[in-house]
Amino acid sequence: MTETEAKLVCRNVWKVFGARAADTFASLGQDPSPDRLLAAGLVPAVRAVDLAVRDGEIFVIMGLSGSGKSTLVRCLSRLVEPTAGEILFNGRNLLAASEAEMIDIRRHKMGMVFQHFALLPHLTVLENVAFPLDVQSIPRARREARAREMIALVGLAGRENSYPRQLSGGQQQRVGIARSLAVEPELWFLDEPFSALDPLIRRELQDEFIRLQSALRKTIVFITHDFDEAIRLADRIAIMKDGVIEQIGTPEELVLHPATDYVREFTRAVPKSKAVRVASLMVADPPPPDAPAVPDRATVAEAGRAFLAGAEVLAVTDRQGRRIGSLRREDVIRLVLGGAG
Amino acid sequence: MTAIPTTPGSRGLLAPRLVWGLALSLAAALWLWGQTLAPFAFDYPKAWQIPAARWIGGFITWLVKEAAIGPLAFSDVTRFLAWLIDLPYRAVLSLLATGMLSGEGSSAVQLWPPLPWLAVIGLFALIGLFAGGLPLALTVSACMGFVAVFGQWQSAMVTLASIIVAVPIGVLGGLLLGILAWRVPLVDRLLKPLLDLMQTMPVFAYLVPILILFGFGPTAAIVATLIYAMPPMTRITTLALQRVPSEIHDLGRMVGCTPRQMTWRVLVPAAREPLMVGVNQVIMLSLNMVIIASMIGAGGLGFDVLNALRRLDFGAGIEAGFAIVALAIALDRLSQALARRARGALPQGGALQRHPYLAAALALVAVTWVLGLILPAIQTYPEAARLSTSPFWAAAVEWINLTFFDTLEAIKNAILIGILVPVKRFMLSLPWVAVVALLGLAGWRLGGWRLAALTAALSFLIAATGQWEKAMITVYLCGVSTLIAMAIGLPIGIAVANRDRAWTITRLVIDTLQTLPSFVYLMPVVMLFRVGDFTAMIAVVAYAVVAAIRYTALGLQGVDPRLIEAGRAMGCTDWQILTRIRLRLALPEILLGLNQTIMFALSMLVITALVGTRDLGQDVYIALTKANPGNGLVAGLAIACIAIIADRLIHAAAETQRARLGLSGHAP
Repeated sequence: MTETEAKLVCRNVWKVFGARAADTFASLGQDPSPDRLLAAGLVPAVRAVDLAVRDGEIFVIMGLSGSGKSTLVRCLSRLVEPTAGEILFNGRNLLAASEAEMIDIRRHKMGMVFQHFALLPHLTVLENVAFPLDVQSIPRARREARAREMIALVGLAGRENSYPRQLSGGQQQRVGIARSLAVEPELWFLDEPFSALDPLIRRELQDEFIRLQSALRKTIVFITHDFDEAIRLADRIAIMKDGVIEQIGTPEELVLHPATDYVREFTRAVPKSKAVRVASLMVADPPPPDAPAVPDRATVAEAGRAFLAGAEVLAVTDRQGRRIGSLRREDVIRLVLGGAG
Repeated sequence: MTAIPTTPGSRGLLAPRLVWGLALSLAAALWLWGQTLAPFAFDYPKAWQIPAARWIGGFITWLVKEAAIGPLAFSDVTRFLAWLIDLPYRAVLSLLATGMLSGEGSSAVQLWPPLPWLAVIGLFALIGLFAGGLPLALTVSACMGFVAVFGQWQSAMVTLASIIVAVPIGVLGGLLLGILAWRVPLVDRLLKPLLDLMQTMPVFAYLVPILILFGFGPTAAIVATLIYAMPPMTRITTLALQRVPSEIHDLGRMVGCTPRQMTWRVLVPAAREPLMVGVNQVIMLSLNMVIIASMIGAGGLGFDVLNALRRLDFGAGIEAGFAIVALAIALDRLSQALARRARGALPQGGALQRHPYLAAALALVAVTWVLGLILPAIQTYPEAARLSTSPFWAAAVEWINLTFFDTLEAIKNAILIGILVPVKRFMLSLPWVAVVALLGLAGWRLGGWRLAALTAALSFLIAATGQWEKAMITVYLCGVSTLIAMAIGLPIGIAVANRDRAWTITRLVIDTLQTLPSFVYLMPVVMLFRVGDFTAMIAVVAYAVVAAIRYTALGLQGVDPRLIEAGRAMGCTDWQILTRIRLRLALPEILLGLNQTIMFALSMLVITALVGTRDLGQDVYIALTKANPGNGLVAGLAIACIAIIADRLIHAAAETQRARLGLSGHAP
């Protein structure tokens, strides 16, 4: 992938905390080890991160608490000032932008959804959603029309005049989503948006999110600590540990070819059939003509249900619907039971 | 105490008991045999005294007479400030109490009458209805009706006018200072000790300089009220802003707020609930202070009480006192309800439908005003319908005094001779050198060198400014009262902590007691015991016991129920559970309660100077009556020093306890 097709690029981004962090960090030279940083009184949160988010993809940053994922996503919008590195947004270095320019970029190009919703308690749903437009001094009629549109989009029409505390957690996060979309951002940050919700609502909102994204095609940076959520939503996943990105890849790549022991540990508990796509498991043999068809982009788990009807072989089709190979029952069984891959 | 985990170094080597034993024996030796060897250790030599009172007095004289920045004299600045406060005060006063007047003094002619009493009660009821529904509306109308029926209306309106002017200035000033302190860490660091001082300094102390700078009258009283009521608002603002979740900050920045939008559109509204608690505090403290400030010309109910005390006219005093209580309850309930008020869905429609309360208020004022011009009974509460309980109370007090004179006198004398006098003698005989050293040692044991330096330095300053004797009397009165308050408060706290109903009732009572201006407490005790140390002690105990009860109960309720269950499973008796588990774990909280009790006691003690104690409070009060700012401020600062020493030591002790129990997570 070339960086020209990337929406957002990080090059060697560092964030260290401590007294006079920037100067001390600069004096330590290139790529200091964590031990040297700690000895200098600095606490590293993000270390030497390189990544590129493509236009229109869902890029998930996954890590456990303390891995630096929340700090990283705040570096991307400069809510947290990175200590070193470059962040290119549409090819332009954000770290060179002035505060006024950053305000302008955040107002028009970025949206963010927060783990604990961050709704303003003194505003109604409508006022909350219209708030980003309000700070830009957009006239009331226009901003409220736009806000109503967004509220309808997330399925909360009719609750415009409620206050946040009158809503359930799931509804509150829908408001958060509507608000972040009100400015039509190019870049959409979601910081553990579903972590504070209970499992059933979480699932419901994940589905909602997939539905929204299929219509909106935003460029998304999605933070989560839940690997199942990551493989469910991601085009690509970056796994973080101790401030370092261990591996970036599609869910399938991570599951089938983990780069480090940490990633292997992580992916071991995940049913491979949920991550591996049909295209990777199929053989090139032409399928029998009566075999039921499955798309090559589906996961094996999704395709596998077709075997319940009794078929031995499924026909794999590409986006144009051409039959490009066969998915054999025994390969699926081997994958599921842990032999293959 | 065997090990203090947070303290560094060599102290582990010295057995703490040994250190204390040694220090106490040294102090005792000095006390017993030092009188002849080292007289300077007992009476701080006059030659070494710091003439702080003269310095401060001179400084204030200079400030009033000579200080100037270029052509602008300091006195011009104060005059301008006074004018700035006077303007709204006159407006509110004429609206509520005097009406529009033309001319000066007694020859003034009323051009336009003040708001009719019915309109004011109606407005209170409307605000009550708006904030808390019908029950609240009835409560506040009853309170204000009480004031009218018992003939305290005019005075109450004068008091209310001061509050209405002082509260918005206090809230806004506190808010702005708090925001500044939150934004600029340097301001925060500079402001903190100043706020500490403002809150621990007895109110009389700064009444004098204010009197000199602003002259006698309601303006000076409002300035004093602001100094008294603003610090809590400032603190609460800074704290509330610090506690706004970081996600809300992130949100504000993500949507591209400018710094101004961030403050006023995101952070301040998000911190609305704690800020409203601050507003409630400002209102209640203003009421308290406006009553006390009647000494420098605030007028109103406070003046009535003061006047009655001076004339020993208890009937009139009690009536005014009850009116203060009614006003306090009404204001407290209203502001609390406003703070809690949950906003419902927005009403739709025209201006009238959208603002029904405002419309009703305007209509009410217009109707009563017009009717008042025709019917005088609507304008002013009719004299004939007034009730006066004054003779009744006077008779009741007289009856009690006649019937129980011997009993009361016996109790009073027993406590005076048995406790107060010996303790006082003992405290006064202590060598200041030893006390300073022991306070330093306590600071060192509890909080390290910094605390030791602070406690020793402050206590030395008290000696060095020649106030040791008076300070010891303050400490003795405060100490005895605190002990008695704790002795009463602890058992009550223990008794009600785990009984829901009892706790609900107790809380209602202590909440109400706490809203009462401290002045009110003086009335009954003076009537029963006349003036003196004993009377002061009773008033202080009555005022301070509330804190002891509250913190004990809260501390006990905060104990992890699983630990109690574990104790029960091990077969502990109720007594064992109380003494071995609940009280041990609640100790940090109870220590904070002790701290609050001491602070309450000190603030009340100053007021009891009115009833003839001989401590620092009396010095402050005498300075007030003689308009001697130096003496008053120095004595006030000495009380502040005592308060700060006690506060820091107890906080350090509570922190140590907390750390030992592994509770440091939920520091208040």
